[in-house]
Amino acid sequence: MTDAPETDVPPTSAPQSSNRWRRFAEWDARPLRHDLFAAENPEAGFSVFHSPYDPAPSLSIEGGRVTVMDGKAAADFDILDAFIAAHHIDPAMAEVAMAMDPGEIARKLVDINVPRPELEALARGLTPARLAEVVGRLSALEIAFAYSKMRQRQTPGNQAHVTNAKDDPLQLAADAAVAVALGFDEIETTMRVASNSWANALACTVGAAVGRGGVLFQCSIEEAEELQIGLAGLSSYAETVSVYGTERAFIDGDDTPWSKALLTAAYASRGIKARCTSGAAAELLMGFHEQRSLLYLEARCLCLQRAMGVQGTQNGGIDGAPLTASMAGGVRELMAENLIAVWLGLECASGNDCRTSESEIRVGAKITPYLLAGSDLICSGFGSIKKYDNSFNPSLFNGEEIEDYLLLQRDFQTDGGLTPVEEDQVLGLRVRAVEALAAVMEELGLGSVPRARMMSVVFASGSEETVSYTPGEVTPISAAIKARGLTAIDVVRALGKRGFTEEAENLLLMLRQRISGDYLQTSALVRDGRVMSAINDPNDYRGPGTGYRMPEKRWQQVQGIRNVLTRERVLAAENVVAGAGGAEVDWLVAAGPAAKGANPHEVVIGVSPGFARQLHQTTAGHALADVVAALVGGITAGGGTARLVRMLHTADTSFLGLAAARLSGSGFGIGIQAKGTTVLHQADRMPHMNLELFSNAPLTGLDHYRALGRNAARHTFGETPEPVMVATHGEALGARFHVRVALLYAIETGLIEPTVHPIELAYRPERRALEAAQ
Amino acid sequence: MSANPPSDLDLYPVAEKAPERVQTPTGKPLSALTLEAVLAGEIGAEDIAITPEALKLQAKIARAAGRETLAANFERAADLVGVPQELILDTYELLRPGRAENAEQLLDRAALLRRDYGATRVATLIEEAAAVYARRGLFVKRF
Repeated sequence: MTDAPETDVPPTSAPQSSNRWRRFAEWDARPLRHDLFAAENPEAGFSVFHSPYDPAPSLSIEGGRVTVMDGKAAADFDILDAFIAAHHIDPAMAEVAMAMDPGEIARKLVDINVPRPELEALARGLTPARLAEVVGRLSALEIAFAYSKMRQRQTPGNQAHVTNAKDDPLQLAADAAVAVALGFDEIETTMRVASNSWANALACTVGAAVGRGGVLFQCSIEEAEELQIGLAGLSSYAETVSVYGTERAFIDGDDTPWSKALLTAAYASRGIKARCTSGAAAELLMGFHEQRSLLYLEARCLCLQRAMGVQGTQNGGIDGAPLTASMAGGVRELMAENLIAVWLGLECASGNDCRTSESEIRVGAKITPYLLAGSDLICSGFGSIKKYDNSFNPSLFNGEEIEDYLLLQRDFQTDGGLTPVEEDQVLGLRVRAVEALAAVMEELGLGSVPRARMMSVVFASGSEETVSYTPGEVTPISAAIKARGLTAIDVVRALGKRGFTEEAENLLLMLRQRISGDYLQTSALVRDGRVMSAINDPNDYRGPGTGYRMPEKRWQQVQGIRNVLTRERVLAAENVVAGAGGAEVDWLVAAGPAAKGANPHEVVIGVSPGFARQLHQTTAGHALADVVAALVGGITAGGGTARLVRMLHTADTSFLGLAAARLSGSGFGIGIQAKGTTVLHQADRMPHMNLELFSNAPLTGLDHYRALGRNAARHTFGETPEPVMVATHGEALGARFHVRVALLYAIETGLIEPTVHPIELAYRPERRALEAAQ
Repeated sequence: MSANPPSDLDLYPVAEKAPERVQTPTGKPLSALTLEAVLAGEIGAEDIAITPEALKLQAKIARAAGRETLAANFERAADLVGVPQELILDTYELLRPGRAENAEQLLDRAALLRRDYGATRVATLIEEAAAVYARRGLFVKRF
């Protein structure tokens, strides 16, 4: 900074008014500081793995009936205890399991030699307090490992949220089609306006039938309405069967274990897959926590769910995840409750469906154990749409961050259930989806859709960009679907009649599944028209070489992200002249073997083997002719004389510089690689003890090269000028450039001829002007 | 000759391994559910439903997989197939806290479901609820 005051005052505009290290002010400004963090306080319900008010694990059984469970006599059982004692506890197994040392059970969970079914059998004899105690003994890493062993279906999957801020059916259809293309196995929608549920369900049903098709779909709304929508075939699963860990929270939620058990059976009776929902801190948010730890209450919820006979759970904090994550060890607790769920043999849609932090680092860290361990549904709602369009509130990952997630899969070589999509493919699917929905709406007499609305949706990233349906316009459409009793069969017929045969077949395929009920089994999903569940795709992890391994074809898909650089693409983009025989440029011509100079103010510039032959620009994008002009110009301005020499024996910056210095009459030389890395060296120095170095070529500008040239010249006068600094601002230069650098540098090293003497170069800047003019 | 005795697990997925074991409520086989049939008006919404037989078959499969409580749920579901939607929703409402005024109301509903629909297992579940609700004071009206 040339205008900085010549004082020792730190260069900041803020006056030093407080006795504080300014780093704290910078930390205060980071997104992380929006997050709140809570102190442990069992009396107020803030305890994670253990509260002093948690009961000690215990179980007494007389005559096949539970008489005491976790310190409470049967006569005092609340509604959860009563249901768990009657339907979860297996008396025969309990005798064995409750007598075992909890530490031994914990070790079994992480022992590859103890198969999953053996542990599931043990869980059927364990009380909620004992289950919580056992998983509490595991570290976060052990929990993740045990989860990978105990989860139910072998092949991992994922679920998408598809909603928008306008309840616009066209956008729902287009976004559902994209979600299917991205590989999501389930799609969940909900509304801004409750009365729009039927239109939302219809739109997502049509959109999800486009392309690959065959995903499970649900519309989250009040239970009776959801059951009606399911009955009409406009949804295929439900996960709104919420349960809570205390009696008062349960009753405040307007249900009991028996009402929920009936509802669960009712869904199955209509051929609809169902899972319950529970998660840490729900009771705390509802104000009825009984001073118990989060994990103990969640263990109760999960035992209850197994007792009710539901196949699976949406679990892992869910709406309570941010509150749980505010506590010390909270994220470990979310993993622990998921482990209890799968240990109990439940399908687990493992949360990760709520933005638990404003810090992208905390978000990425939160998902990582699940990506490594796999899960039936890694997110119980990954926001496939933009954050502001998510009617459930932003998910842990959202439309904005899908590519980040795809990269995490590729980084760890793990299957997070998502597949990269291509631009043309997506645009085609979006067009097809809105056209299919418009055809269905017309065919069913729900209105004619203006072309402009369809096109506005096709190209829009989110609802803020569309000129389409408003929530108020959707309501009468939704009411008509319901009032006229339209069903999925009507949709199939409409699609078929209007020539959307593939979509009609996809939807019919899902309806056909309803007859057999195959997807009612644990962890079921539908892929390529076939049901995969814990029955026919059971997780059989028993150590290295077992369990889920991405098939080669799938791994190729996962790698198919955008903008992967190949050598050919890099070389084409860099204007590289292929082969060793790259033509010489007119402005820099070989002129015989280089000799040592005698001029005391001479500065030799030693260029690399491919410099201005195969390679013509630095990684910062500067033409090498401009770079040479800047160096030469700087040397001249500093009172020196420049001479150019090509080295063929090395491409290494230090040795280019040292060899140049040794040829220089002054003993000072500059070494430069074609990619722009430059050193100022002196003949009698150790190779890596240079005078100045530009190591970050992508940030190095022509002014820097000119200044370096001038400094080199001033050294020949015995001065020690201030070194030229190339400022960095912490850019991840390796991430941004090293793929290119490695490929380009390989060209230089490929040209090395170790025994060839340095070659004098005639510098003819006037010829370059001619070249440029042509 | 298979080395292992035949298991109900071998029937899964039923749509692939034993499609002849399931049919629509109207008696059509899975193979009848074609797009042509839908367009010809031969398939209606009444065909797209699960039967008690299919649910009992899935219950057997779940039990063979060691999932006893899931099997019991499928059996309760089989009980409910023939129960009209309105009655299911009304029973669900009645089981919610504070809806029934006393145990008798729940026991009456259980009796009705058992008598008119043969929904034995669901009836048992409701009777169990009646006893616990009485002990826990859940028959108190909520405003």
